[in-house]
Amino acid sequence: MMPEPILDIQDLRTVFRIGGRDIAAVSDLELSIAPGETVALVGESGSGKSVTSLSVMGLLPKKVGRIASGTIRFRGKSGVTNDLAQMDGESLRRIRGNDIGMVFQEPMTSLNPVYTVGEQIAEPIRIHLGRSHKQAAEDAVKLLADVGIPDPARRARQYPHELSGGMRQRATIAMALACDPALLIADEPTTALDVTIQAQILELLAKVQAERGMAMLFVTHNLGVVAEIADRVAVMYAGRIVETGPVDQVFAHPRHPYTKGLLRSVPRLGEATALKRAGTPLPTIAGSVPSLANLPQGCSFAPRCPYAIDACAVAVPALVDAGEGQLSRCIRWQEL
Amino acid sequence: MTTFITRRLAIGLVMLLALSVLVFILLRLAPGDPIDAYVNPTSPLSPEAMQALRERLGLDAPLPVQYFGWLRTAITGDLGYSIQRVGVPVLPLVMERIGPTLLLMAAGLIIAIVVGVAGGIISAVRRNSPTDIGFSVVAFIGISSPAFLTALLGLYFFSVQLRWAPSGGMLTPGMGFSMSDLLAHLILPACLLSIGHAALIMRYMRASLLEVLNQDYVRTARAKGVREFFVIVKHAVRNALLPVITLIGSTIGIAVGGAIFIESVFNWPGMGLLLVNAVETRDYPVIMGATLVIGACVIVVNLLTDITYAAVDPRIQVA
Ligand SMILES: Nc1ncnc2c1ncn2[C@@H]1O[C@H](COP(=O)(O)OP(=O)(O)O)[C@@H](O)[C@H]1O
Ligand SMILES: [Mg+2]
Repeated sequence: MMPEPILDIQDLRTVFRIGGRDIAAVSDLELSIAPGETVALVGESGSGKSVTSLSVMGLLPKKVGRIASGTIRFRGKSGVTNDLAQMDGESLRRIRGNDIGMVFQEPMTSLNPVYTVGEQIAEPIRIHLGRSHKQAAEDAVKLLADVGIPDPARRARQYPHELSGGMRQRATIAMALACDPALLIADEPTTALDVTIQAQILELLAKVQAERGMAMLFVTHNLGVVAEIADRVAVMYAGRIVETGPVDQVFAHPRHPYTKGLLRSVPRLGEATALKRAGTPLPTIAGSVPSLANLPQGCSFAPRCPYAIDACAVAVPALVDAGEGQLSRCIRWQEL
Repeated sequence: MTTFITRRLAIGLVMLLALSVLVFILLRLAPGDPIDAYVNPTSPLSPEAMQALRERLGLDAPLPVQYFGWLRTAITGDLGYSIQRVGVPVLPLVMERIGPTLLLMAAGLIIAIVVGVAGGIISAVRRNSPTDIGFSVVAFIGISSPAFLTALLGLYFFSVQLRWAPSGGMLTPGMGFSMSDLLAHLILPACLLSIGHAALIMRYMRASLLEVLNQDYVRTARAKGVREFFVIVKHAVRNALLPVITLIGSTIGIAVGGAIFIESVFNWPGMGLLLVNAVETRDYPVIMGATLVIGACVIVVNLLTDITYAAVDPRIQVA
């Protein structure tokens, strides 16, 4: 039996008000993360991954974006479970940076240019843990050491522009870890980095996650990195989760044509160069992501799907149990 | 830092030199000279007497000779004597007027910065609200009203009609110096001087803050659980101020023009009044001296804004 999840999202629907109309960026979303577990949320750009993260954080753009329905049950460090979807702004603020840490995609722009790195890491420690300036500054130096930054005392006194991209991303990770959160949300933390740095940051995230026994929601559009870091994976398409399951299981036996297509377009180690040499491009999924404003009737993926049949256009398929801990939103999953 | 300041001061000196040449040429291009202005129309001087006066004052010498003659003494700190107030040296005349002008400009600038920055922040944080729209309308009126109109209307309403403030001067004549008396005289001209600048700063601050509020690091601050008030004031405003500081620095020169005008409307005993009188009487040495001192002040203030900018933005290396 799985332990009680630390984050349990049910039927989440997040909408944006555009031109007087509510457009759903996330629909019928179900996702749960157990303590100490890493779940990867994967999907093409625009599939609603960031909107999902921001819904959990309570950081949707004011006035434009809102959670229309659903629950986001989260158990904080104190052991109390709350529905983040119903919480008021001030209570959410106390959770942000304290019980939930977040790492963003752009290390170059995610740090405030006019404050030192140390000050920015110390800030949540002062806010949430009530430490003094001096204590928090010392903690910040320790955190910088924890995330593998050499000469942390000197780096803490420097400004973001004095650090390289990889170093800045380490600093934002230190910032997210500052209050020892129960859950870390990393939204494409390696996308903006060089390949070699990417690997280092992935390794660091896996390391701190294991050391702290923290749960992690790892958001990425790159299925390739999922195997290295996650226990489970949830594949998103046009605002919905189309397949979830243990990483090994999903990689070995995808139960949704979209996952299958994504997997086929991920180069295996060494394969990309071999393909390039042979002059064959990587296979990609034909067609493009539909606009959220006019999604097709029924399965959103049907227009691009090689397995699509008339029945696919009737109704949005439910997420059904495909065995081995896998769930699929395809009516033909058994034939895949 | 010191080399930066030295370099900037050196550039400033070159600019002052260029300014003196420019003013010198402009003065000589304008019709009439000090002697024409000097002459009392009721008892005209003979052309010969006027010529003699010109020769005595060196006004008949070739222009380069006149300019370098002036420059040679000016370098030693001697700005010569007023032509119209016979025997009065220019430097003390100007120095005695610089204090009131700096006071008026500083007061106007502080009001403009406080009102403009605060208004811009409120506008940006409540964008598209009735408050924002109200502030924007007021700012547009402030920017587009000509200074002479606001100065005269302000004088008329607040001094003449409402009698809230004295209508001119810096201190009540015949009374000893008192701070409250000074402030009472200062507040209206300073406020009127600040209108255009406050409005401009408000618009800049609003635009700049709106842009900064969309930056990733503001989202990061929120993700850390920083209170919204501090997200704005600590994380966003400091960044948003950077372009506004540049704006303030570059409008100082324009503020001088406004101050000169306000001074003559409110009879404020500053450089403006001195300069206006000197221009009317073609008092060349006084005009040259006053322009140079004003120019020097503008250069120093610009340097101060650059130093402030560097202090606020750690990415700027002054070296
Ligand atoms: N601020 C916004 N205003 C309007 N629509 C938005 C906004 N942010 C996101 N969306 C919508 O939500 C969709 C999903 O965005 P996002 O979650 O950022 O995708 P990704 O999976 O690449 O992170 C976008 O395609 C867009 O239509
Ligand atoms: Mg995203």
